[in-house]
Amino acid sequence: MKRNVNIKSMKYEDFNDNEYIEEMLKELRENGTNVIVGCLDDVIEWGRSNSLWPLTFATSCCGIEFMAIGAARYDFARFGFEVARSSPRQADFIMVAGTITHKMAPVLKRLYDQMADPKYVVATGGCAISGGPFKKSYHVVDGVDKIIPVDVYIPGCPPRPEAMLYGLMQLQRKVKAQKFLGGINKGISEKEYEKLMRADTNIKEDFKDYDESGLA
Amino acid sequence: MDKTIDIKEKLTGLGAAWSDAGDGLYRIPVQSFRKAAELLRNEGGFDFLRSLTGMDWGEEGLGCVYHLENTVTGENIVLAAADQDRENASLPSVHDLWKGANLNEREAYDFFGIKFIGHPDLRRLFLRDDWKGHPFRKDYDPSLNPLNMENESSEDEALSYEMTKDGNYILKRHPLFEEEEYVINIGPQHPATHGVLRFRVSLEGETIKKIDPHCGYIHRGIEKLCETSTYPQTLGFTDRLDYLGAMQNRHALCMCIEKAMGLQVSDRIQCIRTIMDELQRIDSHLLYISCLCQDMGALTVFFFGFRDREKVLDILEQTTGGRLIQTYNTIGGVQADIHPDFVKKVKEFIKYMRPALNEYHEIFTGNVIARERLIGTGILSREDAISFGATGGTGRASGWACDVRKRHPYAMYGKVDFREITFEEGDCFARYMVRVKEIEQSLNIIEQLIDNIPEGEYQMKVKPLIKLPEGSWYSAVEGSRGEFGVFIESHGDKFPYRVKFRSTGLPLVACVDTISRNAKIADLIAIGGTLDYVIPDIDR
Repeated sequence: MKRNVNIKSMKYEDFNDNEYIEEMLKELRENGTNVIVGCLDDVIEWGRSNSLWPLTFATSCCGIEFMAIGAARYDFARFGFEVARSSPRQADFIMVAGTITHKMAPVLKRLYDQMADPKYVVATGGCAISGGPFKKSYHVVDGVDKIIPVDVYIPGCPPRPEAMLYGLMQLQRKVKAQKFLGGINKGISEKEYEKLMRADTNIKEDFKDYDESGLA
Repeated sequence: MDKTIDIKEKLTGLGAAWSDAGDGLYRIPVQSFRKAAELLRNEGGFDFLRSLTGMDWGEEGLGCVYHLENTVTGENIVLAAADQDRENASLPSVHDLWKGANLNEREAYDFFGIKFIGHPDLRRLFLRDDWKGHPFRKDYDPSLNPLNMENESSEDEALSYEMTKDGNYILKRHPLFEEEEYVINIGPQHPATHGVLRFRVSLEGETIKKIDPHCGYIHRGIEKLCETSTYPQTLGFTDRLDYLGAMQNRHALCMCIEKAMGLQVSDRIQCIRTIMDELQRIDSHLLYISCLCQDMGALTVFFFGFRDREKVLDILEQTTGGRLIQTYNTIGGVQADIHPDFVKKVKEFIKYMRPALNEYHEIFTGNVIARERLIGTGILSREDAISFGATGGTGRASGWACDVRKRHPYAMYGKVDFREITFEEGDCFARYMVRVKEIEQSLNIIEQLIDNIPEGEYQMKVKPLIKLPEGSWYSAVEGSRGEFGVFIESHGDKFPYRVKFRSTGLPLVACVDTISRNAKIADLIAIGGTLDYVIPDIDR
C-alpha cells in the first residue's frame, strides 16, 4: 500500500530524517491491508494530520515561543494546529514546552493519561528532552521520556518558531504513516481503562464508602 | 541623620555587631533579633523588606539575611541573624511587621528547615509536602528524594510553632479551610494562571473568600545550581528565570559581580545595557498587554501585541543572536558589539511604536467591557504594596514610587530624563495603564541614548578565572515587573557560597489573597493578568 506522507510545499528530501518514516512505511507494507480499509485509512490520516489540536501546556520559556507560533507572524493555523485546547480531553497532542520538575511530573502524567487516544507528545526544548541546563538539579526530571512516551523532539533553548513548525510537521508525517483502523485506535477494554484511571488517582476500592442515600 | 545614628546606637545596644565585608551588615544575636526588627520597623521607619535570604553558614548555624529600606528617606540596612543549633534552628517570625515576610519565611523553612516561631502557616512553599530534608543545607543528600510519581495530596492544615519558656517547641495545627467551605482548585494546568501556578480558592457563590497559593511546580533549584557553578556559568541561569526580563536579570547579576570585583565598566557598555534593558521592557509590557487581553477575551489585541513584539525581537536578535533568551551581558561587558544596523532599526521602531500604541487604546483601553471589568477591581492599597514588597508596575499603580531606576540609579539611568509613572487607584485598570505609559517612557529613554552611544570597548579585560573576595553584596535593577535583586555571598572561592535572586513575582503572588477577597471568581483572571507574574521567576 502506498502512503502519501508529503507535506504541502515541502519536498520529501527537505526533511533531514526520513529513515524513521521509511521504517514505519515498511512495516505498514509488510502487514498489508484490504484495499477499501486502506483507502479509508488514508483519508482518515490525511484529515487527522491536518487538524492536530495541541493542549495549551507550557511551564516556562518555550511556552512563550509556543505563543509566538500561535500569533500572526509564524501562524501555525496554516498547518491546522490553531485550535489550542485547554482541556486534555479535547487535545490530540501535548507540547511539553518547558522544564518538568519533580512536583510537576505526576501532574504531567495525569494530563497525558486524561487525553483521548490516539495521542502524541512533542518534547520541546532542552529541558523537556534531557533536563537542559538544569540537568544537575535536585528537582528537575532529566527528560520527559522518562515518564511519558515522546514522539518528536525539538531541540533548542528555546527552539526558534521555525524549528517548532518543522517539528510539528514531522509529527504530521508520523501521523500520516500510521494505521488508524485496527491500529492505533484499537483501545483497551473498559474494565482495563477503569483500572488504569483508579491507579492514577491513588484511590483503592474505597468508592463504596460514599453515602448515596441523599442522591436521587 | 541624627535619627539614623540613634537607631544604629540602639542596634549596637541590642548586641548587634557591624561587619564590613562586602556591602556590610549588622549581625544580631537571635535572642534580641525580634526587638531589633521591631525597632527598625516602628522607630526607624524601615517599612520595605527588600529581600529575605535563608543561609547555611555551616558551623555558625542556619539563619537569614534581611535587606530593609526606608521608603521615605531611601536608607538601607542589612541584618543577619543565625541560630547555631542546626537540628532545631529557629528564628522569631517577622511576618506581622512586613507582610512580604510571610512567603519568604516559608521559603526559608522549605529550603533550610529554619523554624519561624510565631509564623501562622509554616508549610513548605515550593517542594512537595512529603519531601525529605531541606535541599539548600550544605549537608543535604540528593539521593533521599528520587522522582516520586505518586500524585501529591494537599495539606489541609497550617502548621505553626510556638516556643515555651524552657526552650521547647509546641507544634500547632489549624485547618486552612473550614469544613463547610466550598473550595475549588485552579491550576497548575490552567491557561489563565500564566504558567504553572496553583490556587485553592474558597468560594461563597461567586465571591472569593480566601485564596491559598501553591508554588513550586517549576522550582528548578537555580540558586542551588549556582553554588556549584563558576561565576560566568551562573549567568546563563538568570535569563531563564524571568524570560521576559532576560536582559535585566542578567544585568543585575553582572552588576553584582562587577561590584564585588570592584570593576567599573565603560560608558559604552552602560549605554548598550540601558538600551537593551528598555527594549526588553517594551517587549515584556507588550506581551503583558497581549496576555491580559487574551485572558479577557480580546483576541485581536493578542495579535497586535505579538506583531509589535516581533519587531523588538528582530532588533534584539540581530545583535545578540537570540530571540527570547539573549545571553548577552557578560561580566565586565557584553557578548558582542551592537550590529551596524542597530541604531537605524531602533529609530525606525521608535517611530513606528508611538502611533501604534493608539491602536491599543482604541480597541481595548476605551472598550466598555474592559473598563467595567478592570476599574475598581483588585484594589491594592499603598501600605499593602509596600508591606508586601510588591514593586514594579503593581506598586506604582498603588501610588508607591518604587522604581529602582529612580531610587538607586544604575547604568545610564541617572543621566537620562524620564518620568516615573504612578497612579493612585491601585486597581486593575491602573496596573494596566502603568504598563502602557511605561512603554512611552522606555521609548523616551532609548531616544535620548541611541544617538549618543559613546565609543569604546564593549568588553573590559577580565581574568578568565573569577574569584570574589569574602563578603556579601546585593544589587538590584528595575526588571520588567519589579525590583529584581541579586544577593551573593562569597567565601573567596571561584564558586559563590550562596546566590539569592529576589523574585519580582513572589510578592505579587503573596498579595493575591488580600486583593481578591470579596471579588468575583471571574475577576481573579483580570487580577492575575494585571499583576503580571512570571512563574519560573517565582519558583526559581
